[in-house]
Amino acid sequence: MAPRTPGADLPDHPDRLWRSADPESSYDVVIVGGGGHGLATAYYLAVNHGITNIAVLERGWLAGGNMARNTTIIRSNYLWDESAGLYEHALKLWEGLEDELDYPLLFSQRGVLNLAHSLQEVRDGVRRVGANRLNGIDAEWLDTEQVAEACPILNTSPDLRYPVLGATWQPRAGIAKHDHVAWGFARALDLLGVDLVEGCEVTGFERVGDRVIGVETTRGPIRAGRVALAAAGHTSVLADTLGLRLPLQSHPLQALVSELLEPVHPTVVMSNAVHVYVSQAHKGELVLGAGIDSYNSYGQRGAFHTIERELAAAVELFPMFSRAHVVRTWAGVVDVTPDASAIMGPTPFEGLYVNCGWGTGGFKATPGVGWCFAHTIANGEPHPLNAPFGLERFTTGALIDEHGAAGVAH
Amino acid sequence: MMLIPCPWCGPRNETEFHYGGQADVACPGDPHAVSDAEWAGFLFFRDNPKGVFTERWMHRSGCRRWFTVRRDTATNEIHDAGAHEDEERTVTV
Repeated sequence: MAPRTPGADLPDHPDRLWRSADPESSYDVVIVGGGGHGLATAYYLAVNHGITNIAVLERGWLAGGNMARNTTIIRSNYLWDESAGLYEHALKLWEGLEDELDYPLLFSQRGVLNLAHSLQEVRDGVRRVGANRLNGIDAEWLDTEQVAEACPILNTSPDLRYPVLGATWQPRAGIAKHDHVAWGFARALDLLGVDLVEGCEVTGFERVGDRVIGVETTRGPIRAGRVALAAAGHTSVLADTLGLRLPLQSHPLQALVSELLEPVHPTVVMSNAVHVYVSQAHKGELVLGAGIDSYNSYGQRGAFHTIERELAAAVELFPMFSRAHVVRTWAGVVDVTPDASAIMGPTPFEGLYVNCGWGTGGFKATPGVGWCFAHTIANGEPHPLNAPFGLERFTTGALIDEHGAAGVAH
Repeated sequence: MMLIPCPWCGPRNETEFHYGGQADVACPGDPHAVSDAEWAGFLFFRDNPKGVFTERWMHRSGCRRWFTVRRDTATNEIHDAGAHEDEERTVTV
């Protein structure tokens, strides 16, 4: 690999891509949450369903929540059919999204390795590769030597405390530049005439009986034909104002980056057992993440021992990282469900739709969420791909248990 | 890193503890006597307030006893552990 200036292939910083709108008094659809999911949902409402009288309300600045805090990993190699359907639909949309939005997203299909460090993980990985293939998803099982070939900087020697016994490999997986994804959607929405309202926090709902007819905000009441929640870690706070109980627990999820380095890491590596996931951003930072902090919190900060464990795991797997420095750490607030799968669909309140519970893995689903949630809102009933993800599954027992099964690492 | 007040050992580092989630979640005495919705409520639905939360911790690396703490989930400020029964609670129902 030839030396090059870190970030040399990045586009220049863009001019203003959208107007920050003042809220009107009423809209056909109000989307609560101006992150990736909210923006993508507004986009597909406009493009697929012809609904453009939409406001996306964001309490802070656009895409400044988890959309700005995630580790940008995109993959669809989930075990269960329901998840595979939704995430693979998202991945297919990612593959055309730069053209669709006419904006550079730096979508890079560099593949993901999910490492196995024990016999059980080997069996689970081989099983998941089989399940993925049956669902038409690209997946291979790699032995230790093949893993070393795919990612030469990985320590694959047998003297590791938890040696790398193999890995699943999804070549079409990768990363994208999260800010650009938000900006691409926001720019497109602006051109479509959708109002992106920043600095507008939703504090409650207007109701007639069990029908939601609008929202109360820090910038006044806004009427809405339909209200759609895409508020991630703060969904419970909104639902509480309606007395609507959701099976969510909000936790801090931390991530960190190193300084800018020459390209050293060709792919994405995830390990559940020693618990770290690493890729190298286009600009050159190593981007690392791991599990949530154990306790409920809305603090957007976590404890240092979580970072310490994550870095210990990273240095064990990538000895050369011991020379890198942590430049920044941060946290987002993620809403975790009991089965580690998202909730998307109608609610007991007419006119109110919810998309939440994406926990630690929502970024990869962004366009798929937009597609399916828009369908749900436009038609009043779920798209076939998100029908299994309804709130009712916690009562019927039809859970989509991705804990561990899909390399979901909580 | 939080300092968590173990009622028996005093304040210790968060790393010594195991988190147990919401306190006072009662298991239905007779699971067959409750509806599916009530059973789901017990299994899967917990309060998730942004504010004071009454929660369980276990002093894993110390006395290994469970106890209840009231903590503000927005600030991590821990309220008096002993007086929790009388204090106002932030709950979603």
